[in-house]
Amino acid sequence: MKVRVHVSLKPGVLDPQGRAIHHSLEGLGFSGVNDVRAGRLFELDVAETTTDEALDDMCRKLLANMVIENYRIEKVAA
Amino acid sequence: MAFNSAVITFPGSNCDRDMAVALEKVSGTAPHRVWHGDSELPDGLDFIAVPGGFSYGDYLRCGAIASRSPIMQAVIAAAEKGVPVLGVCNGFQVLTENGLLPGALLRNAGLNFVCREVGLEVANAQSLFTSAYEAGQVIRVPVAHHDGNYFADEETLNRLEGEGRVAFRYAEEVNGSARSIAGVLNDAGNVLGMMPHPERAIETTHGGTDGRGLFESAIRGLVGA
Repeated sequence: MKVRVHVSLKPGVLDPQGRAIHHSLEGLGFSGVNDVRAGRLFELDVAETTTDEALDDMCRKLLANMVIENYRIEKVAA
Repeated sequence: MAFNSAVITFPGSNCDRDMAVALEKVSGTAPHRVWHGDSELPDGLDFIAVPGGFSYGDYLRCGAIASRSPIMQAVIAAAEKGVPVLGVCNGFQVLTENGLLPGALLRNAGLNFVCREVGLEVANAQSLFTSAYEAGQVIRVPVAHHDGNYFADEETLNRLEGEGRVAFRYAEEVNGSARSIAGVLNDAGNVLGMMPHPERAIETTHGGTDGRGLFESAIRGLVGA
């Protein structure tokens, strides 16, 4: 089973990297970009028997830092 | 009485030797050197140091993988029993990642790697790690980090300040840290994490000796002097 885990900074947490990317997009002439937030994507290939609970546990224990980040789990059709 | 300390080394640690030298110079006893893959610490430790560097290449998040390494389970257990633990720079990131300290370290607000000496105000001079200083004293200590922007939610920041758990504040703008926090204590007061490097300021040849007080505080507090 393929699973994608999207990790993003919580709203309100300063994202200097997103800000730098935003600045660069503006420099390239792309107008109308209101904001950029940089995140992280993990692609996991896990056993079919892996439970939702186990996936949540992986995110909370390692993939995301719950002080500053949110995560979203997406199961991907093979 | 010998000061029985340990310095943890992860793949990518680069301030472990500096930390070991500082502990030996100030206490007179060389620390144990402990590898990240070990699962047990030496018996009867008075002090554990988690040094700076780029543990595991800072993959995933700074300090995240190191914080889940086998030896850190032993460090957490020792900290919970009251053994003093100092985390410097990457070591601070490791201690927030494993929950021994609150908050998180974000990328510096200015996006630059900051490598210079900074003024550091001693916000709490009554802790195990700061008793050799005076409250409000400004010391000069080097910083060298890319991810030292301290973050915690407002409630946590208020609690830290209310409980005297902010050990050090930057006396100047360095990295965008919330309320200029440079170092925080856990609620029991036996764990300190800080971004600046006291171990790099213990000899006159370093350009200053203001970092000695931290080690002297801990040694005096633990074995008497």
